[in-house]
Amino acid sequence: MQRRQLVQGLFAGGTLAALGGCASMGGAPSSAKVVVVGGGYGGATAARYVRLFSDRSIDVVLVEPNRSFVSCPISNLVVGGARQLGDITVPYDGLRTQGVTVVHDTVASFDLAGKKVRLAGGPEIRYDKLVLSPGVDMMFDGVEGLRQAQADGMVLQAWKAGPETVALHRQLVAMPDGGVYAITIPEAPYRCPPGPYERASVVAAYLKAHKPKSKVLILDANPDVTSKGPLFKKAWTELYGSMVEYRAQHKAVAVDAKAKTIKFDVQDDVKADVLNVLPPMRAGMIAVQSGLANANARWCQVNYQTFESTAAKDVYVLGDAIQIAPAMPKSGHMANGHAKVAAAAIVAELKGWDTNATPMLTNTCYSFVSPAEVIHVASVHEYVAAEKTFKIVAGSGGVSAARSTQEANYAHSWARNIWADMLG
Amino acid sequence: MPSPRSLTAGLALAAATLAPQPALAQDAQALNVRALAATCANCHGTDGRAHPDSAVASLAGMPRTYLVTQMRDFLDGKRSATVMHQIAKGYTDEQIETIAAYFAAQSK
Repeated sequence: MQRRQLVQGLFAGGTLAALGGCASMGGAPSSAKVVVVGGGYGGATAARYVRLFSDRSIDVVLVEPNRSFVSCPISNLVVGGARQLGDITVPYDGLRTQGVTVVHDTVASFDLAGKKVRLAGGPEIRYDKLVLSPGVDMMFDGVEGLRQAQADGMVLQAWKAGPETVALHRQLVAMPDGGVYAITIPEAPYRCPPGPYERASVVAAYLKAHKPKSKVLILDANPDVTSKGPLFKKAWTELYGSMVEYRAQHKAVAVDAKAKTIKFDVQDDVKADVLNVLPPMRAGMIAVQSGLANANARWCQVNYQTFESTAAKDVYVLGDAIQIAPAMPKSGHMANGHAKVAAAAIVAELKGWDTNATPMLTNTCYSFVSPAEVIHVASVHEYVAAEKTFKIVAGSGGVSAARSTQEANYAHSWARNIWADMLG
Repeated sequence: MPSPRSLTAGLALAAATLAPQPALAQDAQALNVRALAATCANCHGTDGRAHPDSAVASLAGMPRTYLVTQMRDFLDGKRSATVMHQIAKGYTDEQIETIAAYFAAQSK
């Protein structure tokens, strides 16, 4: 075989891998330096930043079942009808341009000792480093009757953006004027601390405009609003008056979809027309099944300096699935930060360099109190080696002085920029 | 006998393989700087290049001294902000200098 033919052959193979990224086309390679499982805020960012930080010298495979990324942040505006699903959907093409091989499949099993991932579609991929960003799993059994009510489409969560987000909006559209929308909130920690309060706010905005005799009930298992409490409460009073009612210490334990009733551990039953019941959450199923959820069998403990799992070497866990450090919210912004710390650690280790001793994280969460006005909470976190954890830098962070349209503008810009940062 | 074209390709490959390895500590340091600057990218865009329609400022290619002054002004309250005065308080002077130098060196 002549040299030229060999080079051409290699090039053709490279092109196939780059364009193939599709299980049905046989695009999954048999090995990769880095395999990332889960293409959300954590995983997509990790895939992109391993490529960036290695100047494209480290090959990355991303395994993600969904054909496009659908953002949880901003998705409450779709529930409230102010945005469409297409506005929060971004294709994975940008990552392919960055040289990431995107495989649309799910993981059937991990062989963590043998460093292999088996895909549901059949192929097996050997890895040097595995990044797992599995998101959260709804613990339906924590609320009696919820699994069936969810399967029947009667009681939704819409806590993973996608078709359910639209389905919940349709339930609101179908609700009669004078009806009641009830959202229940599990005990913290759960994905997106301010998310349920934001949802209640934008649902109230929708109802105020279209069904003004209706009511929004917020039924919270926690002793008080878990994030931006005073700002949310001020917005509810000033924008929606008696339409929004907040009730603390309401832990949902059962639902009756037919009777449209929620039962609580102590408080009286509540009847509503649209039931939006959020059960307790834990790390995504694949993390639990593979033994990586080693904190109360619920969350994945990591070494915060690198985000490497404490349960398995060369496995990194990101995002909402991890056991959080103090005051670290389960947010998309934070997952993006986790991913950059992990990507830098992975590149350093694969290159034989020292890993960063002092990684940093930021968090900025914008919440819509109406489609026009936004509030935020922000913080900066530093790794404290002596305590092996992240802590908020003293004096940093805070919340909005007041809700504003200016911050709504920033929130939309934040979304565009972070989506581009993670997806290329 | 290889053709001239394949010979060139072969030489290029050899050159890439035999390129001298830069000092490891320097590479590790450069990576840490990129990772530090990446904590701004969530809002300001990858390598400080924000979306053209973004209300959040692009940082790429801005003069180093301008970026440092803005951060100081956020800290002192000389420049009003919704969130940046809270974020600026999370970084040391040295980190701010490092980040500013990184973004100044990026193409717009």
